[in-house]
Amino acid sequence: MDYLPNILFALALFIGIGYFAKNVKKLRRNIGLGQDLDISDNKPERWKNMARIALGQSKMVRRPVAGLLHVIVYVGFIVINIEVLEIIIDGLLGTHRIFSSIGSLYGVLIGTFEILAVLVFVAVIVFWIRRNIIKLKRFWNSEMTSWPKNDANYILYFEMVLMTLFLVMNATDIHFQEMHSGNVISQFIAPWFSHFSEGTVHLIERSAWWLHILGILIFLNYLYFSKHLHILLAFPNTFYASLKPKGEFNNLEAVTKEVKMMMDPNVDPFAAPAENAEVPAKFGASDVQDLNWLQLLNAYTCTECGRCTSECPANQTGKKLSPRKIMMDTRDRLEEVGKNIDANKGTFVDDGKQLLDDYITREELWACTSCNACVEACPVSINPLSIILDMRRYLVMEQSAAPTELNNMMTNIENNGAPWPYNQMDRLNWKNE
Amino acid sequence: MSELLNVPTMADFMAQGKQPEVLFWVGCAGSFDDRAKKITKAFVKLLNKAKVDFAVLGTEESCTGDPAKRAGNEFLFQMQAVTNIEVMNAYEVKKIVTACPHCFNTIKNEYPELGGNYEVMHHTQFLKDLLDEGRLSIEGGQFKGKRITFHDPCYLGRANNVYEAPRDLIQKLEAELIEMKNCKKNGLCCGAGGAQMFKDAEKGDKEVNVERTEQALDMKPEIIAAGCPFCNTMMTDGVKAKEREDDVKVMDIAELIANAQDL
Repeated sequence: MDYLPNILFALALFIGIGYFAKNVKKLRRNIGLGQDLDISDNKPERWKNMARIALGQSKMVRRPVAGLLHVIVYVGFIVINIEVLEIIIDGLLGTHRIFSSIGSLYGVLIGTFEILAVLVFVAVIVFWIRRNIIKLKRFWNSEMTSWPKNDANYILYFEMVLMTLFLVMNATDIHFQEMHSGNVISQFIAPWFSHFSEGTVHLIERSAWWLHILGILIFLNYLYFSKHLHILLAFPNTFYASLKPKGEFNNLEAVTKEVKMMMDPNVDPFAAPAENAEVPAKFGASDVQDLNWLQLLNAYTCTECGRCTSECPANQTGKKLSPRKIMMDTRDRLEEVGKNIDANKGTFVDDGKQLLDDYITREELWACTSCNACVEACPVSINPLSIILDMRRYLVMEQSAAPTELNNMMTNIENNGAPWPYNQMDRLNWKNE
Repeated sequence: MSELLNVPTMADFMAQGKQPEVLFWVGCAGSFDDRAKKITKAFVKLLNKAKVDFAVLGTEESCTGDPAKRAGNEFLFQMQAVTNIEVMNAYEVKKIVTACPHCFNTIKNEYPELGGNYEVMHHTQFLKDLLDEGRLSIEGGQFKGKRITFHDPCYLGRANNVYEAPRDLIQKLEAELIEMKNCKKNGLCCGAGGAQMFKDAEKGDKEVNVERTEQALDMKPEIIAAGCPFCNTMMTDGVKAKEREDDVKVMDIAELIANAQDL
């Protein structure tokens, strides 16, 4: 019977990590539904970007208040997790604070964790106030109702509870308190429990310890269902983000082939296609499978902070377009497609829905000025503009469904080489006017 | 005045068996839009004054395809691109300068993959080089001490990280350069990009150009400086909407320098 806690612990760990691994597999499968894209160039620069933007939080601190608070939570999260390593070893081996044998360094470590835990707790409270009391505009756009709104608050509650449990666990650990080393914060909490019997204090300590590790495992598994995935995906996302100038939009290869053929005088326009010819590519995107895997990774990485939307000129002037919603819709539709595949033994069965119209409306797509403010604003290098452009491409090249005025503009370019109805032969008239 | 303009074409140069120093890509706005044509002429006067051996394509120039591409018509864009590249490669063009950030961005970034490799400069970068090389000089003159704010064109600034050249030029005018709340990386769009220039805006509670003009007017400028013919139109309309056209002028950087020179 002595081994029951160890067995229970191992089981909890196995289930917690196993279920998470299963969802990571699903995540990879879903991202893999996107079109191929070769991103194997410039590795050194990519590592640098990841170190600077994800690890170094360089774009977060452009907004100093939110940035600083976020750095606290982020550093706290990473550093305090060293403690989790000890908890896991203790749990599996049945030891207690196995690292404490390293001597005074242990006190320094735990002391640091305790200070960070308090800082994280305070930062999370401020975050909660910014969302729910001050009601910062970017947290209250139309796409931030129901689940997205609750999700954000659940994460904050989770963090508050985990930090509290960590401090209570230390405060009620009589052995640890007697070491008088590292209990920089918990020594002030310990007296709150002094009127309890030693047995009760021990019981509280054990409960806090168990709830803390179980809470972490639950939180780990919550990630897949939450906007909070960014704590993992920010790293690959900043690694794979475009290194090109923001103004450079990709040239569609399929179009280049056709244009070259049209311009080649030796091609027989009436030739039958070769027997093994590929099915012509669909131009642009109407659903998530038409997007590339990086765009889908972008969607899972988005943590719905709304910096993109708050910088968007269209959104600022009351248009429906919100770059954050573009990312959220893409993820929601991708999840729906993934569930469809799971339910149909690995193949997607047409559900009569798509990303275009069922999620993202044309009105949103046509409101974009392609100014790149959203791309610049994103702290983890997400590119909502590339999705907007690919969907416009579908509307124009597959559906001929551009707004009339844009059709006029394009007809003018086709006929006289300018977006307005002026004769190309008059192009130099300004010289003599 | 116009008889002073010397605007040779690439064909003229070819006929003489010569190559110009640079091709001036005028762009559709610069060729046809009444307001933008003034910018084109101001820039040409500066080129003439600095004795730059330049040429234009004239009737052989055609839209770069930028608005078609941003609207989603990749076909039309690539048709335009391939045609323009054929013309420029036939003339063995090496270096291009343009007063339009959209042409600048498209030719610089999107043409190389389709076979068009050129050194491309925005006219503010080119003018700055002329000043640095001593081929052009500015006497402070009429803009000394004037409050000027610069509106960053998205396709020059954020899209291509060119923020300093236009500002350096304003400072050389000995004017007082004042920055808007949103500038450089955080510059707010004028509302014309992504083919919006050619259509009405979607339903909202404000026009983007009015929002941006309000940001500019907050700085109490005497002049709003622009570096893009489309931004120029949008900001000019914005100033009119705010009924401030009598005391606030919208001018391209090339016009500021040409005016300082009394050209």
